[in-house]
Amino acid sequence: MRYTLSLIGILAFIWLANSGLYTPLLLTFGLLSIALVLLLARRMQLVDRESQPLHLATALPGYYWWLFRKIVQSNLQVVSCVWRSLFGNRDAAISPIHMRVRTNLRTDLAKVLYANSITLTPGTVAVELDGDEILVHALAADGIEELRRGEMERRVGALEE
Amino acid sequence: MIEQVVWLLSGCALALGCFFMLSGAVGLLRFPDFYTRMHAAGVTDTLATFLILGGLMLLAGWSLALFKLGMILLFLFFTGPVASHALARAAQHSEWKLPALKTRGEQGGATEPPTAAADVAEADALNTDRV
Repeated sequence: MRYTLSLIGILAFIWLANSGLYTPLLLTFGLLSIALVLLLARRMQLVDRESQPLHLATALPGYYWWLFRKIVQSNLQVVSCVWRSLFGNRDAAISPIHMRVRTNLRTDLAKVLYANSITLTPGTVAVELDGDEILVHALAADGIEELRRGEMERRVGALEE
Repeated sequence: MIEQVVWLLSGCALALGCFFMLSGAVGLLRFPDFYTRMHAAGVTDTLATFLILGGLMLLAGWSLALFKLGMILLFLFFTGPVASHALARAAQHSEWKLPALKTRGEQGGATEPPTAAADVAEADALNTDRV
């Protein structure tokens, strides 16, 4: 029930923020479309814990903040690689590598969060998620080393508890 | 006074965003293969869009446009990794498939050398859905 309510809330917010016109006619259309989307989502059985991780709501902002700083950091690294490859030796600037990284995360949601975080940080891309192994391609070996050290994994794991 | 500061900040954010966009584009042209190019595209995906949208948000002030820009940012951050992952997975099923766990270039000294048997098992596992 609370997943349905939160879906209604999110959809209503998106409609109101995007329309900007608050005449009765348009608000009625808004209500109708929310009802339609809700009906479709219920029939497709999409309204559940996985599509709306409400239990993460309190912990997520902190994780996003950490991830954002990580993203800025790795952006700077990749950009320095780009300019070094332009002005210096093209092959010395980067050393692409790919490797399977093992993860201890149990739930699908945590694994997807982890893999998406890896992809979101430039310099590392999660190519394949297979059981408890993630195939990661990285621009340099230290990107994978950092994943191996497992700080990101620990933080994702802490979210789920 | 405050207005000028906001303008200055948004100008800086926009200029930095342009610089990162340009860097991503240069990387896209300079990097040697598909996967490395994807990393370069990741720069334009994340920090560059964040800076440009952030700069525009500063200019927008407290209005509906602010929320809309924020929502664009949110959707980009959610859909970006999904698109990258779809691309990488698609490449796995093409001629650019990553060779079974060997490092290209000799710099990756941190890897344990893969044995022949592990290589074969790896390739089999990767190819199950191709046959």
